[in-house]
Amino acid sequence: MKARLPNSRRWLKAACAGVACALVAACGSGGGSGSTSNQASAPGITATSVTIGSTQPLTGPAAPGYSEIAPASNAYFKYVNAHGGVFGRSINYKFLDDQYNPTNTASLTRQLVLQDNVYAVLDALGTPTHLAVVDYLNQEKVPDLFVASGCNCWNNVSAHPYTFGWQPDYTIEGKILGNYINQTYAGKKVGYFAQGPNDEFGDDGIAGLNDVLKGGGVTVVSPAQYYAPTAAGAMGVKAEMAAMQAAGVQVIASFSIPLFTAAAMASAASINYHPQFVVSNVGADIPTLTGILTGGALGATIPAALLTGMVSDNYLPLSSDTSNPWITLFKSIHDQYAPNLPFDGNVVYGEAVAYTFVQSLLAAGQNPTRGDIVNAINNSHFTNGPGLVPFGYSSSDHLGYTGVQMVTVGAGPAATLVGSPFTTDDSAGGAITAYSGTAATPPSNGIPSH
Amino acid sequence: MTGIRLPQATLLRHALIFLPLALLLLALTYVVDAFTDYNIAGIAIFAIAAAGLTILTGINGQLSLGHGALMAVGAYTTSLLLKGQPQFPFLLTLLASIVTAGLAGGIIGVAAARLRGPYLAGATLSLAVGLPQIAIHFGGLLGGNQGLNVAPPAAPAALGGDFPQERWLAWIAIVAAMITLFLLANLVRGGTGRTLRAVHDNETAARLAGIDVARVQVTAFVISAACAGLSGSLFAYWVGITAPTGFGLQLSLQLLSAIVIGGLGSLWGAVWGSIILVLLPVWTSGLASNLNLSSDITNNLPLAVYGAVLIFAMVVLPRGIQGTATSLFGGARQLYLKRRLNQQTVEVES
Repeated sequence: MKARLPNSRRWLKAACAGVACALVAACGSGGGSGSTSNQASAPGITATSVTIGSTQPLTGPAAPGYSEIAPASNAYFKYVNAHGGVFGRSINYKFLDDQYNPTNTASLTRQLVLQDNVYAVLDALGTPTHLAVVDYLNQEKVPDLFVASGCNCWNNVSAHPYTFGWQPDYTIEGKILGNYINQTYAGKKVGYFAQGPNDEFGDDGIAGLNDVLKGGGVTVVSPAQYYAPTAAGAMGVKAEMAAMQAAGVQVIASFSIPLFTAAAMASAASINYHPQFVVSNVGADIPTLTGILTGGALGATIPAALLTGMVSDNYLPLSSDTSNPWITLFKSIHDQYAPNLPFDGNVVYGEAVAYTFVQSLLAAGQNPTRGDIVNAINNSHFTNGPGLVPFGYSSSDHLGYTGVQMVTVGAGPAATLVGSPFTTDDSAGGAITAYSGTAATPPSNGIPSH
Repeated sequence: MTGIRLPQATLLRHALIFLPLALLLLALTYVVDAFTDYNIAGIAIFAIAAAGLTILTGINGQLSLGHGALMAVGAYTTSLLLKGQPQFPFLLTLLASIVTAGLAGGIIGVAAARLRGPYLAGATLSLAVGLPQIAIHFGGLLGGNQGLNVAPPAAPAALGGDFPQERWLAWIAIVAAMITLFLLANLVRGGTGRTLRAVHDNETAARLAGIDVARVQVTAFVISAACAGLSGSLFAYWVGITAPTGFGLQLSLQLLSAIVIGGLGSLWGAVWGSIILVLLPVWTSGLASNLNLSSDITNNLPLAVYGAVLIFAMVVLPRGIQGTATSLFGGARQLYLKRRLNQQTVEVES
């Protein structure tokens, strides 16, 4: 050991000289602005780039609609990169196809973390898929931002301090839908159609509905009718609709993915049953539903006029609302960087979540560590962006958007936001309050500023 | 060619193959990065299930399209044992999964022994489709669509605090795979292997030779299912969650294509097939974001590559990787022996 000391001391000297050189160089390039230079401050962050990753259903049963989300986010990042990036760094978004299969998610997420060395995982899609890796990501202290699922399981700060939800959870949505049903369809019979049983999407939604409707001015018809989210299942919801009809259900509250929303409506119409449909946001995107009905996905071409009269909700501006400045911005980015995608709610979602990420990255500072972006979101240094309601982020709450606004569908079919947005939490009996804040307007160049 | 000659005694012969191989693989986990360790674990886990399927389909000739469901039995057994507090010890979860999947295999085997060809394929197919639905139906116990979370096995403290989790998982999987392959190799080379093959080749002849055909078929199912159970248990630890979507029909078909690409009827073939099964998606997954093509093409490119490999294997290597390697090696050996014979003949003549 002793004999090697001089050697290691020489090495130390060389290292000190190196650091000194680097510091001098850093000061030199800082220039007149007085800011420090970009450094490789965390895994995935170099002086010129930020690499982030995601797992998405690009193929497989969940792909229709949802496969557009990550390419839409990427279009927004390309736009930001073309306009100077974030602190001069370009964003490199690597999204991998897990086919909505948790086995693939587990492997691909390790690929992103261990091999591709991503700074953060952004908008990884799906509940069973992402549950496979949420412990792993937190154990490795990788920021797990804005999971694309309305499960309230992402909001668990003590177990998963690095994980953040983004969209309002299904219980919040159920409560606000239920509130509208109480006020609009008083005295009528309400039935539930949901994914499940024993599926958090359907179960959480029904929990929210029950919280408001039981003891409200309507009659809730039990049992709820369920579907299994398989390709074969889409052909078989006629029995469920017939049961609803036999029970005299006048209003169907539906927590269903798009294929099953369409299947339920088409099946009901085929037995001359015309209840009022009130559908959760994830299953109610009009362009997606129109594509399913008229595209023959249900075995026949069904006119989209069937959608007229449907009621739903949203927490983002509608893709069809061309007068909204956010939609104008997102549409122009879409037209330039991802023109092959249909401009629908999925594309708006993808660009909006990318916008929130850029806000977070800016708030994390010029040379952020992985912990810095988590702290930045905890302290919520940013506005609600395109959202109709504010974010609920704090050091004790990783929920995301805290409410929704009701949507009605008129002839066309054309969706319109109605009334004011509402906010609430997912506790039983938690108050539902109208949100009176004004919507944020996009910055002139479409990129959030620090 | 004249150098190494393995002993003929089965146990010794196989010990001399598997022990050095296991040590070599364990050493390999130190050289490679954590993600490769994770993939090595995956290969070993799939190799266990594929080797079991080789016994059933490759050697005994019973086609199973439902092996993914038997893996699910193992995975759910492990996940359930880990659900409560205190958790069951790691080794016990493996053993319990082997037993439950073996039992399930026995029950299916009794039914399967009466079925032939497409009827057997249909019955096992319904298993692959139906069994995951049980997890949804009994969601309170089995977690429904959301599944049951499984924490990875912790490395013993003796290995040091910073011993990578992926390497420990790879060690466990390698040891489990080597033990399984060692036992199966002994089985195939011994009397059981002969009766399994005899039933495959000609049932009537086997029956005339005094073999209880139905019993042999049930035995093959139990052995094969026990392997799937062990594989499923490790699979649960490897993935981190046991959910119905992870055990779809696709998994069963992947296992089947692995043993076909690797070489039907050979245990080594099961290993080659598992390597392709795990590594091919890793090599092709990045294509979606790297190429500047329409998303309709890039999204489906990995699937197209997988399909192309399958077609290539069917057309060019109909006997799989192992079969082709064996015949190439055998051909070279024969050529060598022939030349030597000619030389000797020339020497004698001159």
